[in-house]
Amino acid sequence: MNRKLYDKLIFDLSCPGRRGYDMPRRLYDDIELPDAVLRQQAPALPEVDEPTLVRHYTNQSTNNFGVDTGFYPLGSCTMKYNPKINESLGADPVIAALHPAQPASTVQGALKLYRMLENMLSEIGGMAEFTLNPFAGAHGELTGLMVIHAYHDSRGDSARTRVIVPDSAHGTNPASAMIAGYEVIEVKSLADGTVDVDDLRSKLDETVAAVMMTNPNTTGMFEKNIPAIADAVHAAGALLYYDGANLNPMLGVARPGDMGFDVMHINLHKTFSTPHGGGGPGAGPVGVRKGLEEFLPSPRIRRRGDGSLYVEQTSDTALGRVSSWFGNYTVFIKAFAYILAMGADGLAMAGKLATLNANYVMNALKDVYLLPVPGPCKHEFVFDGLADKSTGVTTLNVAKRLLDLGFHAPTIYFPLLFHESLMIEPTESESRETLDVFIAAMRQIAREAAETPDLVKSAPHDTPAVHPDDTEAALHPKVKFSDL
Amino acid sequence: MSQHRYLPHTPAQIDEMLRACGASSLDDLYADVDPSLRLKGRYALPDALSEVEVRRGFDALNAQNTVLTCFAGCGAYDHYTPAAIQAVMQRSEYLTAYTPYQPEISQGTLQYIFEYQSMMCELTRMDVSNASMYDGATATAEAMLMAVNASRKKRRVLISATVDPKTAAVVNTYARYHRIAVEVIPARDGVTDRRELELMLGAGDVAGVIVATPNYRGILEDLSGWADLIHAAKALLIINSHALTLAWARPQGEWGADIAVGDAQSLGMPLNFGGPYLGYMCTTKALMRKMPGRIVGATTDALGQRTFVLTLQAREQHIRREKATSNICSNQGIMTLHAGAFMALYGAEGLRELNRLSANAAHFLARELEATGKMRLTYPDKPFINEFAMTMADGYTTGALLQALREQGILGGVAVDDTEIIIAVTEKRTPVEIDQYIQTVINL
Repeated sequence: MNRKLYDKLIFDLSCPGRRGYDMPRRLYDDIELPDAVLRQQAPALPEVDEPTLVRHYTNQSTNNFGVDTGFYPLGSCTMKYNPKINESLGADPVIAALHPAQPASTVQGALKLYRMLENMLSEIGGMAEFTLNPFAGAHGELTGLMVIHAYHDSRGDSARTRVIVPDSAHGTNPASAMIAGYEVIEVKSLADGTVDVDDLRSKLDETVAAVMMTNPNTTGMFEKNIPAIADAVHAAGALLYYDGANLNPMLGVARPGDMGFDVMHINLHKTFSTPHGGGGPGAGPVGVRKGLEEFLPSPRIRRRGDGSLYVEQTSDTALGRVSSWFGNYTVFIKAFAYILAMGADGLAMAGKLATLNANYVMNALKDVYLLPVPGPCKHEFVFDGLADKSTGVTTLNVAKRLLDLGFHAPTIYFPLLFHESLMIEPTESESRETLDVFIAAMRQIAREAAETPDLVKSAPHDTPAVHPDDTEAALHPKVKFSDL
Repeated sequence: MSQHRYLPHTPAQIDEMLRACGASSLDDLYADVDPSLRLKGRYALPDALSEVEVRRGFDALNAQNTVLTCFAGCGAYDHYTPAAIQAVMQRSEYLTAYTPYQPEISQGTLQYIFEYQSMMCELTRMDVSNASMYDGATATAEAMLMAVNASRKKRRVLISATVDPKTAAVVNTYARYHRIAVEVIPARDGVTDRRELELMLGAGDVAGVIVATPNYRGILEDLSGWADLIHAAKALLIINSHALTLAWARPQGEWGADIAVGDAQSLGMPLNFGGPYLGYMCTTKALMRKMPGRIVGATTDALGQRTFVLTLQAREQHIRREKATSNICSNQGIMTLHAGAFMALYGAEGLRELNRLSANAAHFLARELEATGKMRLTYPDKPFINEFAMTMADGYTTGALLQALREQGILGGVAVDDTEIIIAVTEKRTPVEIDQYIQTVINL
């Protein structure tokens, strides 16, 4: 990382008269547009040449940390390796040139891939049908909840205005419920991190549309009471929603459909190895059990009697649209390639090794970090900060010190169940050797917390940026170059 | 199974690690999963393929796709993608990074988002941009929710009949369960009927008005005076525009819009059968804290260095949960790097020239098609850049037209119905391709 040598914005490199493009010659007569619809003032965009631009973004990239750079133990984010063949296929020039409004007869391959991936996800989820259209996990949640809404409405059951989420749920769950037009009710977790079934039962009634669950939950525990929960939810006339963010450890072991879930989403950018891209594009396919297929959003890919596929744009009973086209198509290519590369047994092995890695790290550190929920965990687990609370070293300090030692930080202060949550998800991509180095680093930090606490409290020391002033950023927002 | 190329664990290591965990098998770690819940056997999925087999399988599928010479638009435009952009997009330090929640080691991502926000503010002439939405349609739907929230109690949102029907459909989906009444402002002569708008505003309770320029048929709408009219009714003006057109056509900020939204696919993003594209959203300073999505801000660090962080996060789901402005979490991330690099590479002049070249070719094609007598511009007096609607003369259908063009390897446009088609031309279309289109129509 060379921030010390390179600290520029592309605007700082601009020089009037420079350009980074060439263009075909004008061959046709110039047209005129009426003044009323013409732009008055040119945008102040940078003027740079191509080598300057390429060097700029290359230099900037060295101030970043990705899965290819190092270990990324970010809980609930499943930062597994993103295979290179996926990128190669996703950048295919034929795919790049396919317009989404092309006649179906000219894109049978693209439609087949879409259908095959839908079917694979249905098999993995234990669902009847999937749609790939939603753009991200939260978008999948929103779509799934709207499917649930449409289902209840179709039965004239319109008094269901509430959605129950556990207090350990991902923040997107309550937010998605709100955007889907629901009131959010929280259900408590027990000391072992699992849902309090009695509390849940007491909140279930004819006003509840759905219960959203993550299984394993955000403390990494499998919700072993899920059959009883599913029965109670269904007895109340509500549907059970599966947040697929934590699907990875269940690969090949147990399917949400078989656990009694009615609707689910899958984050292809987590479990199915597509890159996170610093925040996207991801994909959040939504699956439903039998009987709910008709509520999935448009467009759908359908099969004719002769085996050919076509795009069904509208349906009277469908939810409507949640996307302009078919979703983030190249993400589907990457997930499809991953499933082919892993195969049925490889997927199952990946899930189990993710669980093994998490347990291995947990066991190696639980004497120096406080483990509020004893294992065995699944793919992730949560420490409630350092075991020794006398040092004054917080989870934030530990996370920042990890940056000095060459690791990305775990997810911190989530779940909200514990004051000092430090949520670690190693994924199956990490070798034992990497985990051992990480464990050594975590133990070193615990030692430092006791011996030289200020070293930890003042971390990070050795990163491209050090202690950015967040308060200043929020108090006097500078959100564009001309604000600087 | 045999050792998999993506999995580093050797059998011996697995055994050692299990022992360290006090387990004797991997299944031991799943003792809490009741046998009745267990998958019986294995997934009904194929066995693992080697890399060469994966590629072969993909190639076989891809052989069933046909690339056509693209004259279709309707939200997806065939502009050229410079190789330099593809190169920087593949930097895996960017590609394989998570959301930049740790600014100390995420300055690369944060800086390119900040640059993107800066350039989008320039392009739209708005005060603030977020770090992206999914696509232009969901950005428009989120703008509707934002307008309703900003108005507190108002429940009506007006949307022009000239907005892309796909976008309108997404807006309707998002509105349905919020009990927001989305009402359509009728069109007159291809553009939003201003008198109807005034009447509908007059009835009160309007939180926001959604209009698009260029609209679905490529027409640049004259929105002069709209902002005053709408603000007088205490409603917000939401304008949806394809990003590239803003370099030449009047942008949202110059119309007095409160929220600027649209798709930035036209900034040279590959068609990719519909995605990933990039939804953008910009707004005014007054509405900044009501905006959904992530925002990157500048600050300084302890060494006095200019540093970038995610800011104003009190709006977001991971802090506010059900009180957030939106549920959006992952967005289109690295597509903002594409958009930013594209705008930087072309600059203001280059972006305008892309519009010019596309527009000159589009207008030439429209004139020549009219000269065939077999189709005419649906709205001949309305201004357009590179996309236009044509209506078939008696005896000709869009179906027959598209079929004849397809036989020439041309995607002739998007049919609205049997009689009307929407055609788009970009700088990539060559005179040979354009002449081929014209000749095919002559030979109809």
